[in-house]
This record gives sequence, structure tokens and C-alpha cells, in this order.
Amino acid sequence: MEALWSLIDNDLPALQIAVPLLAATLCIVVRRPMAAWTVAMVVAWGSFLNAGVILHRVVTTGTISYAEGGWPVPWGIELRIDLLNALVLLVVTGICAIVLLAAPRSIEAEIPRDKRYLFYAAYLLCMTGLAGMTITGDVFNIFVFLEISSLSSYALISQGRTPRALTSAIQYLIMGTIGGTFILLGIGLLYMMTGTLNIVDLANQLAMVGPNRTVLVAAACIAVGVGIKLAVFPLHIWLPNAYTYAPAVVTAFIAATSTKVAYYVFVRFAFSVFRINLNFDSTHSNAILMVLGISAMFAGSLVAIFQDDIKRMLAYSSVAQIGYMVLGLSLANEYGLTGGLVHVFNHAIMKCGLFLVLACVLLRMGSTRLSAFAGLGRRMPLTFAAFVVGGLSLIGVPMTVGFVSKWYLVLGALDAGLWPVAVLILLSSLLALVYIWRVVEVGYFSAPPEGAEVVTEAPFSMLLPTWILIGSTLVFGVWTSLSAGVASAAARMLIGGVS
Amino acid sequence: MIEWGLYNYWVVIFLMMTGLYVVISRGNLVKKIIGLNIFQVSVIMFYVSMGKVRGGTAPIEAAGFEVYSNPLPHVLMLTAIVVGVATTSLALALVVRINEAYGTIEEDEIRKIEADEDAS
Repeated sequence: MEALWSLIDNDLPALQIAVPLLAATLCIVVRRPMAAWTVAMVVAWGSFLNAGVILHRVVTTGTISYAEGGWPVPWGIELRIDLLNALVLLVVTGICAIVLLAAPRSIEAEIPRDKRYLFYAAYLLCMTGLAGMTITGDVFNIFVFLEISSLSSYALISQGRTPRALTSAIQYLIMGTIGGTFILLGIGLLYMMTGTLNIVDLANQLAMVGPNRTVLVAAACIAVGVGIKLAVFPLHIWLPNAYTYAPAVVTAFIAATSTKVAYYVFVRFAFSVFRINLNFDSTHSNAILMVLGISAMFAGSLVAIFQDDIKRMLAYSSVAQIGYMVLGLSLANEYGLTGGLVHVFNHAIMKCGLFLVLACVLLRMGSTRLSAFAGLGRRMPLTFAAFVVGGLSLIGVPMTVGFVSKWYLVLGALDAGLWPVAVLILLSSLLALVYIWRVVEVGYFSAPPEGAEVVTEAPFSMLLPTWILIGSTLVFGVWTSLSAGVASAAARMLIGGVS
Repeated sequence: MIEWGLYNYWVVIFLMMTGLYVVISRGNLVKKIIGLNIFQVSVIMFYVSMGKVRGGTAPIEAAGFEVYSNPLPHVLMLTAIVVGVATTSLALALVVRINEAYGTIEEDEIRKIEADEDAS
């Protein structure tokens, strides 16, 4: 055991990518659904543990730099893990591991038996791509891993029960590929100016090049490309359909990871790569982002209020929540950025928990429309209680994680001297109250339709992951040293420019 | 006088805009995918032009050759081509499934079928 540990001790970052990638092929070899699930479980929980160890190391000993294949940086590809991506990595692998607990029961109803092993293979590939994007220190590598995660998520989304899943997947594919190609173009322009692809080296070289039009175009291309993956307000049209028609666990997984990693990439480019070259004031990019963020907060929440399908409602709510993250970034001060980053963590756990609640409802009721929620508070009390707690967190009630994020965002807005923005944050929270209350009202105060079948509580294997996530929205709402502690240290690092 | 040195980049921009226009304007899903391909190819051409050094040879050390092209952008494009092929094949697979489910690959007809479903 000791010998084994010393063998892999220095290679932990590389294992984060290599193991899920190899395990995905193993899933295809074993073919039996439960065997493939076992492989995926071992790998996902192993990665989660690994991410925890890496975060602990980064906190205690500082940034980890790992030269892939022993090629020295900046010639070779570097894996570079600092406080910022260590936290994102922990979120991504944690969500992967927890959602996987619910997967077998949930996909039983949605995916034919002979395709289930492929589902787990695509799931692990998606995880590989997301983890790779998070920890790599090389911009071209970000593009490659982005495409790995995107391609596997298109495949996962297309597995939904209705033909709409197919049209949503191709819509996402077209948008996503345009986004990916724009990122590639931006990276090419940066390479033209600097001759390097390594993030740290790139930042230094760009500082020497100074501001010029090519760099500005590169920044614009990358902003649009990452913006599409992040589903920033006017570029979000792929998101509601993709989330609504994907299989329930896929929605829970993708909603909690893919946009969060895109946000991380956005922050990385904005603060680590371009920071010296394009200060926010000269290009007004923070003003543009702020307007987009605030529009997203309101447009997303307003549209969510009028949705009949609750899965679609939560999808629009995601658009609004991404608005909060973008707003945090646009404030460009320590509190605002902390708010944005901590919301990555917080939104991931609460939205994933809520989508798992919908997976439970879909399994028992066969629908996620509002009418299926009638009297659900009495019929599936544990499931519905989870929805209520998750909903409170989405609104931002104190003692939940949603409050922590909004607290930092409001502090950030006040710190920047923009009190109307702080008011808008509070107003948009009221909209969240409206759409959550609609569901709560139907769940507790309207009776199930006459002659409805007796439904039982969701199976334990799905309630457990739901309540792990929903429970942690309460835990991290009170104990914030992991989420907000690391996020604010990361924000200080980015703002201070010590990377 | 026209600056012929930047001729490649004009081609890149032309292809890029053509591709993007096809993706946006065509309703047929296969045509959209062709547009997407043209768009991706333009970026591949951009990288290849970028790595080329005038008068340079392939980067293999040999007597009598002093100037070499930059191999890195060319190598990167091998990966990008693989990504493009994977995207196209996945997209075409989805189009086949859509055709089976809806009986058409025209976007406006698909949208009409979906709207009728919602109404009923």
C-alpha cells in the first residue's frame, strides 16, 4: 500500500485525467450495465478523493505544477493547480460521484438496457473533459478538453426519452461547435502574438507585447466562445431545451458542472491571461458584462415564472444564476469575485440537488409538469421537502448557501459604489421566490387529482444523493470556510495578480 | 498595390463568414453541418498559414536548409481536424435519428411538428 502510494504520489494531477479516460474504454469492454456502473463509481469516487487531496495540498503548500510526460514547462504541457481550479475540480468530481449514485435507478426508465454501458462511458468521458479543462495550464489543451466534454455531453443529452432530446442535442452541438471554434481562433491569435500556449507564460508575454488590436480580437473571440458554453444571457438559447429534454440525471450532472467549468475558464482568461493587457476600464468590458449579468438575472427569472414544466423552469433559473456569477466577475473587486466563485460552488450543489429531486419525481410520477406536483408534499414527503430546502437556497434565504453567495455579491456591489446593483440583486431574488412558491403551493396546498394512483417515496438510492446535496446546501450555508474561504483566497490571488 | 502577403488571411475570413452565414441562414440540418465544417476549416487554414515561414522547408534537420516552418501550429491542427471529424460524425448520427423520429430534416418543419405536439 505504502509502495503504491509513493508510486502515484507525485502523479495525482495526471491521474485526474488519465484514469477516467481509460475507465471509459473499460466501460465499453465490460458491457454489462451494473459492471460499467461499478467501474464508473470506483473511478468517480476515487477522483473525488484525489481532488480533495489535491485541494488540501494546494491550501497547505501552494500551487502545484506538473509537467506532463516530463517535458519542461513552457515547452511541454503543464497541469497547473492553484486555489481557484482546485476548488472547481473538487466541485466537478464531487458532483460526478454523487450523481452517479442515483444513475442506475433513474436511467432504468429512460435508457434501454443495451445502451446503458455506453451511457456510463460517455459520462466518464464528459468527466475527463471537464476535469482536464479545469486543471490544465495550457490554452490549446483547454480547447481539446472542452471538445471532449462537449461531444460527450451532446451524446448524453440526445439519450432523452422524447425526440425533442435529439433536436435539443443538435441545437447545442451547432452552438457549442461555433463556440469551440471561436475559442480556437482566439487561441490562434494569441499564439501569433506570443508564440506560446502556456497560461503563465502567455500572461507574461502578453504583458511585454502591450495592448494592440490582435490581442483585443483574440479576447473578443474567446469571450464569445466561452460565453456560449457558459450560456451568458444572449447566448443561452441552447440551454433550456438541452436541460429540459436530457435524461434526468444528465441534467443534474451537466447543469452543475459544465457551465461552472466554463465560468472558471472565463475567469482564468479574464484575470490570469488578459489582466495586464486589457484592463477592464479601457475596453468597458466589465460594463458590458454587468449589463448582461443583470439582464440574465431578470430575464431568466421572469421567464422561469411562466413555465409549466418544472425542469424547464429550473433551466431558466440556471440562466439567471449564471447572471449572478457573471455579475460577480464584472464587479472585478475582491468581494464581487468571491461572490461569483463561491456561487459556482453553491449553485452547483443546490441546482444539482433540485434536478435530482426532479429525477425522483419523474421516476414516480412520469412527468415533471406542474400538475404532477399536486399534493406531492403528502405523497412523497422526503422528496418534496428536499425541493423546498433547495428552493429556499435558490432564493437566498439565510442559513442556506444561496445567502452566502448573495451576501458577497451585495458586498461587492457596495464596495464598487454601485448600490443600485445591490438593490437589483435583492429584487431578482424576489422573482426566485415567486417561481419557487408556485411549486410549493401546488405541492402542499392542492390535493392530488381524484382517483390518482398511490405513489411511493422515491427509492433510497436516489433519495440519498439528493439529500447529500440538499443537506450540504444547509451545511455550507453555515460553515463557509471551505467554500467561501477558498473562494475569497482565490479571488485575492486573482485580483492581486499573484499566481 | 494589393498586399499579396496577407492573401491567405483574406481567404480565411471569406471562408469563415461563408460558413457562419450558411449555419445561420439554412434550415436544412445537413447544410447547417456543412456550414459548420467550412467554418472549422477556415480556422484550420488560419493556423496553417500562421506556421508557414516564407522559403522555409519542413522542420527536418538537413544539410543545406536554414529556414524551417513552425511545426507547432500544424501539429495542433491535427488535433483540431480530429475534433472536427468527431463533431461532424456525431452531428450526422443525430440527423439520422432526427430523420427517423420526425420524417424530415428541415428545421421549420420540425418546429411545426413540435408546435403541433404542444398544442394538442
